[in-house]
Parts: sequence; structure tokens; C-alpha cells
Amino acid sequence: MAETGGQVWGGSGEPTRGPLGWIERRPLAALLIALAVALLLWLVLADWPEELERWLGRKRVFVSALLNGITLGGLYFLVATGFTLIFGLMRNVNLAHGSLYLFGGYLAYTTVQATGLWLLSYLVAFVLVAIVGLLLQVLVFRHMEGQELRQTLVTIGLSIVFADLMLWVWGGDFYQIPTPEWLAGPIDTPIVLDVRSNGEVVYLRYPRVRLVIFLASVVIGVLLWLAINKTKVGMLIRAGVDDREMLAASGVPIQLLFALVFAFGAGLAGMAGVVGGTFQSLSPGEDTRFLLASLVVVIVGGLGSIPGAALGALLIGLAEQFGSVYLPTYAIVFSFLIMVLVLAFRPQGLLSVR
Amino acid sequence: MKKMLLAATALASLALVAAAEAAEKLKIGVTATLEGTYTVLGEDGMRGFELALRKWNRKAGGKDLEIVVVSTDTTPDSAVRAVRKLVEQDKVDLVISPLSGSEGIAVRDYAHTQPQMTFVNAASGAMETTFVNPAPNFFRWNMDGAQWQAGLGDYIYNNKGYRKLATVGEDYSFVYTQVFGLAVEFCGLGGQITQRFWVPLGTKDFASIIAALPDDVDAIYLGLGGADAVNFLNQYAQAGGNAKIVGGSIMVDQTVLSSKGRAKEILKGAVAASGVADTWEDPRWQAFVKAYRDAFPPDKRFASPSLLAVNYYNSASAVFTTLDLINGDLSDGHKKFRETMAKLELDAPNGKIRLDQNRQAIGTNFVTEVIEDAQGNLVSKVVKVVENVNQTLGLPLDKFKALGLPSRTNPECKKY
Repeated sequence: MAETGGQVWGGSGEPTRGPLGWIERRPLAALLIALAVALLLWLVLADWPEELERWLGRKRVFVSALLNGITLGGLYFLVATGFTLIFGLMRNVNLAHGSLYLFGGYLAYTTVQATGLWLLSYLVAFVLVAIVGLLLQVLVFRHMEGQELRQTLVTIGLSIVFADLMLWVWGGDFYQIPTPEWLAGPIDTPIVLDVRSNGEVVYLRYPRVRLVIFLASVVIGVLLWLAINKTKVGMLIRAGVDDREMLAASGVPIQLLFALVFAFGAGLAGMAGVVGGTFQSLSPGEDTRFLLASLVVVIVGGLGSIPGAALGALLIGLAEQFGSVYLPTYAIVFSFLIMVLVLAFRPQGLLSVR
Repeated sequence: MKKMLLAATALASLALVAAAEAAEKLKIGVTATLEGTYTVLGEDGMRGFELALRKWNRKAGGKDLEIVVVSTDTTPDSAVRAVRKLVEQDKVDLVISPLSGSEGIAVRDYAHTQPQMTFVNAASGAMETTFVNPAPNFFRWNMDGAQWQAGLGDYIYNNKGYRKLATVGEDYSFVYTQVFGLAVEFCGLGGQITQRFWVPLGTKDFASIIAALPDDVDAIYLGLGGADAVNFLNQYAQAGGNAKIVGGSIMVDQTVLSSKGRAKEILKGAVAASGVADTWEDPRWQAFVKAYRDAFPPDKRFASPSLLAVNYYNSASAVFTTLDLINGDLSDGHKKFRETMAKLELDAPNGKIRLDQNRQAIGTNFVTEVIEDAQGNLVSKVVKVVENVNQTLGLPLDKFKALGLPSRTNPECKKY
């Protein structure tokens, strides 16, 4: 059992575990990462010398792109994590995942229009989309367990049907979920951009809603980690990832577990729809865009690995944002370039154990 | 035997009637961007088209009109696919297409390969479409993006006192053309465009572009449309942006001003220029606005018709008027149709329109400011009307050609 704890969390069964063990094993990589982090911290905190401004433009542009990349990564993480969770446990490639994202967003929009409660819309989107996910699992995937090609084709078909149904109900218009008053507008961060000649310090102003949404996705990520590593259900999920048959044979209601995980993953996608609808917008076509994004994210990070999804989401988010500022013409290429490089040199994904 | 003969005659006469009926029909193909970033633009365009159809009672040149609508998504290949389907598969008699700038260039190229068909542009506004290698069977009844900026540079320089601008626009031919029009006039007076930002059509996350906008300019020029415009404004508001705004023709347009949410409030007070102005007093315009409001329920339309509705209405009106004048005679490779249309003068809701030698519209342009009307709608208020705007923006042809074609960097911002 070399893959204990395996696919979902990417921990391996080697003798020294945890970050310290990893540093012992890969000192060079650890050093490089530490240097990169130090450089980044310096870039964010230091007063930029003129030479640097000539190369990278104004500091505000760089720091904003960095923060935007990280917050966008937070959104991608929310979408991709459900996708990768479902794949990790059930080997189900759910290509209707983007539809679940968009459906959640539309539901939230309708909820906010009706009640004006932004936080309630998260609950509504999570619960209703989770129910859709549950139905998908029970009515579709359970009948084609292990037949990956069939699942893929059926879910592509379903995503087209869902797209048309949503077009029917919500039309081709684009919607934006209104940001609640207490989240609207910018916030002054303690990051110093510039010190003017008269001694006045210019701080970076940043959209409050993006920071809050990013923090929320970090919290969700940490909670997921705790749930999977510290709870009994999490233990069952990890066991199911490693050996489904064995788990079923030991009397665990594995179909129920599958259904719950599927519903949860779908619910996360629905919640991501609320996030996306708040700081971007909802319209037909967003479903495939986010399906593609989550595919790229999990391919880069490693199919089935949640830390992988986090790393992949961060990389893709940063690539998109830095690309759009420094090389706008080729911005679209970057995320795919990362995917190509990963596939060429580490086809199993950056943080995958297999 | 007799019975069979009778049946055969009956069948034959039926077939004859059917054939006669078919000949009485005219099939018209239309494309609109009913999917993607410009969905709302396409939808309002089709409302304008519907208004023209209702005005003509679905008959033109003595024939019933049969309409085939195909959706595109602003990409040139989707437009070519759409018109190819209309021409080669649906066998339409005339094509009204397309909506978006780069689609227009592609459809013009396709028109070159289909000399038997006549294409009437629906709303696209890239300069090259009719200025470079114009197709003899391609007519455009709306002005191009540069013409739609006529008067804007002068107004913001002289009336608003702006000297320095930065521009943000979608990265395709129509917005290049709009910035071209702005630059020729604004820079010609001595204004400066310090930076031009280009974002892909369909961009969702503008945060980094917003952060990169310079502080040392008098105003930001926004040449975005549809979902992109709304996304940008939303994120701009979240970032606490408060620069003065100068808007392009589909930025300050009902397709954006009527959008849901608070984002559009940023546009209050923005200066813009376009082929339409919501509050124009002219009776033709007022009558058109009334017809638009009467034809559609309030939740299925905007407060006032958008530029797209007007363009589609005008293009369809030009086609139907021409068909009436020639009694629907499309024989001899549309010879009569083309000759008549080239000479037509259209009394459109947004002023009289005629065509130049390249079959490109010469018309009226409006400089506007965004205000809130009595009902709480944002509308564009006319501050200046510029008549007889031609494609060379009033410059002699050779001087205009020397400017080069619109692109990300062209024209340079200098005095000409």
C-alpha cells in the first residue's frame, strides 16, 4: 500500500513525512522555493528602485496583478476542487461540472433579486446544486460505474442540455450578482506603493470583495483538509480512494459515500458560481469556460489531488493576470502553455503521487 | 383511369400553385450575435429588425418576406459559417449581416466569392470593411467606428478641457476604428493619448488592467461593449475607481446603460459619441422611440432603442425600400436592386443617410453626455450634432489614406 492517504491528499507513504521530511529529501528544490518566496516578499514590501520600475512598470501594477492572480486562483480552486474530489474518489469525469457552476450562479442571482440577501444565496446555491449533483450521481453515474468513455460522453451531452435549459430560463443576458453594501468599494491595504517627496505614503487600495472571497476560499480549503484528514467520513473517503472494493467489503455503505461526495463537490461548484457571479459575471458560455479552467487546473495540479488543485489554481490565476498586464497579446496562451509544459515533463500533474 | 387522371391533374395544379406561391416569397437571411459577449447587442438589433418587418407588414416589393435568422458570437469564423449557411444551404435571396466589426471584414471577403448575392451590413463598424478592397455586392447603411466618434475629440478638448487620455478597448477591428476616429480629432487639436490598453473580447477579469490605468490623465476612454463593458464597470467600482470617463459608441449605449446592477452608475456624466442619442428632439427619432416602446413590453426592451436596434432597423428599411422601388425584381444578378440601393437616400430615425462610392454610409453623428432622466434611467443627452460625416472624416482621400489603417498603435497621436 504505497499510496496510503493517496490520491486525494497527495501524501505519500515514505518514512519521513510532513514539510521537514520533504526539505530533507529535496534540499535544492526547497532552497529555490524559499528564494522565490523571499524575492516575492521583497517585491511586495520594498520601495522599488527606479531600475526595477523601468523593467516591471509601476509597483502598483505588479502588486495588483499578484493579488488579482491569487484571488482569481481562489475562485478557480473552488470550482476545481469539487471536480477533483469527485474524480479522486469515484473516477467519474464529470464534464457537466461547468453547468453546475453556472446553475449555482443563476440560482444565487435569482435569490438575491428576490430577497436581497447575499449570504443566503450561498446556502441556496450550495443546497440546490448539491441536490442536482446527487441526482446526477444516482440517476446517471451509478449506472455506468467504471465506464469512463460512456460517462464522458453522457456528461458532455448533459452539459449541452443544461446549457439550453438555462438559456431557456435565464436567457442570453449577462447577470451580475450585486455586491452587498458592506463589501462594495476598495479597502486600504498596508502595502506601501510609494513614498512621495513630501513624505506622504501611498498605500495600495484593493477591492474589498476580492479579498473577502479569497479568504473564504482559503477557509474552505482548510476546512476540507481538516474534514478529510481528521474526521471519520474523511477517513472513509481516503480509504475509498485507495481501495473501493476493500472498503465496500468491510461493510461501509459505499454508494451512500459516493452520493454524498458527489453532492458536496457539486455544491462547491454551485458556491463557486456565486463567487464568480459576484466579481465577474454570469452568461451562457461561462459553463464551458469554467469547465475548461477546472480541467486545466486539475491537469496542472494532478487529477484527484486537492493540494494539486490549489497549486494549479494559483498558477493559472497568476499566469492569466500577469499575462494580461505584461503581455496582453499572448495572455490567453499562458495557461495552456503551463498545461503543455506540465504534460510534457510531469504528465501526472505537479502534486500527484501516481 | 379517369380517376387517376383527375388525381394527377389535381396534383399537378397543386404543384403549380405551390410553385407560384414560392415565387411570391422572398427569403431574407439575417445574422446577429445572439450568443457570447455581445448577446444583448444582438437581441436589441433583432428588435430593430422586427420593427422594420412590422412597419412593412412582412411584405416588400409585393412579396411575402420569409426570414431566416442565424446566431453568431462575434468571431469572424462564426459569421462566415452563418452567412455560408444562409447563402448555400437556405438559399436566401438577400443577406443582412453581420453585427460586429471583425465579422464584417470576414463577410465582405466572403461576399467577394459570391458575386450573385447581395449583402447588406447589419451593424458592423470596422473601417476596412468598406474602405479596403470593397466588395461591389456589399452595402453598409451605418457609419463606421471612426465616423461614430466624429465631434468627440473636439468636444472633450475644447469644452471639457481634457488634454491627456488613456484608452481601454477590446482587441479587435471595431475598437481600433473607434480609437482611430478619436485620435485623429483629439490628437489633431493637440491632445495626447498616453497609453492604449487592449483586452481580448470576452475578458472577465479586468482587475489588473484597472490597476494599471495611469493616474496622470484627465480621463479614461472606454471602448468596450456588452458583457465586457458591464464587467469592467463593476470591477472598476469595486476597485474604487473615480476617473472621468469618455465612452465609445457601444460603451455609452442602452445595451450598457440599461444593464442591471449599480456598475453603470460610473457612467453618469460620461461623454461619448455615437450614431444615436437617446434624447434627440428630432420628430423622426421620437417617433421611432415611441414605436420601439410600443412594440415590446418594458421588461423585454431597453428604456430607449440602442445603436444596434437603429442599425438593424435602418439596414432592413434600406432593403425593403429598395425592394418596393423595384417591385421585388431581383433578376439579372440583383442588377436593379444594387443600382437602386446605391442611389437611395434613407430618411432614418437618426438622420438622413446616403452612400458613398464604396457603398458606405454618410450620416449624422451625436456627441452626448450621460444623465439620469425623470424615470431614473440613464440616457445619453445630445450636446452636439455633427452632420454629413463621411468615411474620410472630412479629410481629402489621399491625406486620409496617409494615416494608415486602424490598429493597436495606429494612428500615432500627433497633429496631422
